[in-house]
Amino acid sequence: MGTLTNEILLQQITDKFGNKVKLIGEPYGLMTVETDRDQIIDVLTFLKSHSQLQFIFLTDITAIHYPEQENSIGVIYHLHSLVHNVRIRIKVFLPDGDVRIPTASVLWNGANWMERETYDFFGVDFEGHPNLVRILNVDDMTVFPMRKEYPLEDPNRVDKKDFYFGR
Amino acid sequence: MQNFPSLNTNTDTNLQSELSTLNLGPTHPATHGVFQNVLQLDGERIVSGVSTIGYIHRAFEKISEHRPFYQITPLTDRLNYCSAPINNMGWHMTVEKLLNITTPKRVDYMRVIIMELARIADHIICNGVLGVDTGAFTGFLYMMEYREAIYEIYEEVCGSRLTTNVGRLGGFERNFNEIAFAKINKFLADFPKVLKEFESLFNRNRIFIDRTKGVAPVSVEDALSYSWSGPLLRAAGVDYDVRAMNPYSSYEDFDFEVPVGTSGDVYDRFLVRNEEMWQSLRMIQQALDKIQKEDPTIFHADVPEFYLPPKEEVYNNMEALIYHFKIVMGEIPTPVGEVYHSVEGANGELGFYLVNDGGRSPYRLHFRRPSFINYSMYADMSRGMLLSDAIINMSSLNVIAGELDA
Repeated sequence: MGTLTNEILLQQITDKFGNKVKLIGEPYGLMTVETDRDQIIDVLTFLKSHSQLQFIFLTDITAIHYPEQENSIGVIYHLHSLVHNVRIRIKVFLPDGDVRIPTASVLWNGANWMERETYDFFGVDFEGHPNLVRILNVDDMTVFPMRKEYPLEDPNRVDKKDFYFGR
Repeated sequence: MQNFPSLNTNTDTNLQSELSTLNLGPTHPATHGVFQNVLQLDGERIVSGVSTIGYIHRAFEKISEHRPFYQITPLTDRLNYCSAPINNMGWHMTVEKLLNITTPKRVDYMRVIIMELARIADHIICNGVLGVDTGAFTGFLYMMEYREAIYEIYEEVCGSRLTTNVGRLGGFERNFNEIAFAKINKFLADFPKVLKEFESLFNRNRIFIDRTKGVAPVSVEDALSYSWSGPLLRAAGVDYDVRAMNPYSSYEDFDFEVPVGTSGDVYDRFLVRNEEMWQSLRMIQQALDKIQKEDPTIFHADVPEFYLPPKEEVYNNMEALIYHFKIVMGEIPTPVGEVYHSVEGANGELGFYLVNDGGRSPYRLHFRRPSFINYSMYADMSRGMLLSDAIINMSSLNVIAGELDA
């Protein structure tokens, strides 16, 4: 069993999933791929259980919001192969009105709270999650505050606008 | 979960049993922080529990999207406030990675000194308080004096004690002075004796062993499944340490060992943390030796676009004035990209996921907070446990409310 490089890893993924998993890039050495919600559990299962990859450690699940994109909510997984010391980032972009994705808590128990946090802030509906309720915000909150349409400060405030700084 | 007995909770057939509900927290003196657990108890045994968190949520991720990079450092202070310098350094290194800044070796070694001191300060509290929770106050009082010694070193280096805001992009805001080095040397001379005494009070203490050994054991599979990291994962037997596996800040130059446990119980976590303090002391000594060989005037990288010039130059030098203005007003373009950087925090892998769109503040910043992820097992692992064991289990998880809620 040799060392696992990003090229070998990409080859393994491409052999298995073909064009359903696309390479986005390798920013700062961390290989980033994109897939869709129908494939994500298969991809995660493959990465976790393949004997040559062994991405057994779920580092993080989070999300990002790009309001100008058609698929505006991105769910981002960071996995770490503790055996080979290689990390991978997987992104799934979801349309604004239909933010559903299967839960990863079937693979890792740690995904439970990470997904609850992601739901709490971005409103991502992790289907099959055992207890998808708010975790950090108050229960009766109606919005998903990390989305870009919710400003941090009073939106009518003008004294911090870039205009006044010559930008 | 293994090891936990199944309880007869069927009240129809077992008329003797009646469950009671206990609200443990949010401000219970035994939980050392704002943690609420609603527990169903059968006598003193926990049948089920629900953890409620978020009492001190401060929306740091949202605030970060509106702050220039250098103003996010004080936010990271308030994550794990028992070891704030590690968070500060982790954030600086994340931004340096984004900006492709390489720091001089002397800066790296200075950072290692501060980070390892912070790790010792954090472990002092955790292990000291674990002693208090098991009924031994003495060790805590012996050790706490040395947290004060560490805070005095912080004070000499950056001026503040708890929420340090230490370091800047590219290095430190000022050089370590003679007094700082003297205090570090004094700490290295005095603390080992006290740590030894602390260990002699606990490690083979019958009462302590009875209270901790076999309490809340965690298997490797469970620890990995719940994404545990740091001393907790190592106590379960996985030698994952970010410092060793993905060295940052020149940790690859250091000679240190990663202690691991076998059963993941409270006693193993205690031993792992104690041993980590010894390793940290070794690393600080090595860093001091290495610093002797470096140019003593260097304390930051040569990055005028991101490192504030000295004030006297701002007043007398046109170039410095321009850079000062540009840094403060956020006029300097930053590369578009995304970066994940993690450091070994006192509680585990502290990660920063930064997405930058080229502006003066992050487009998105996410903190991978080890306390948050470690704590997610707490309610599950408490099932079937005695209430008094659940208390010391929480104590040895070392969950810091600031890091839990962000």
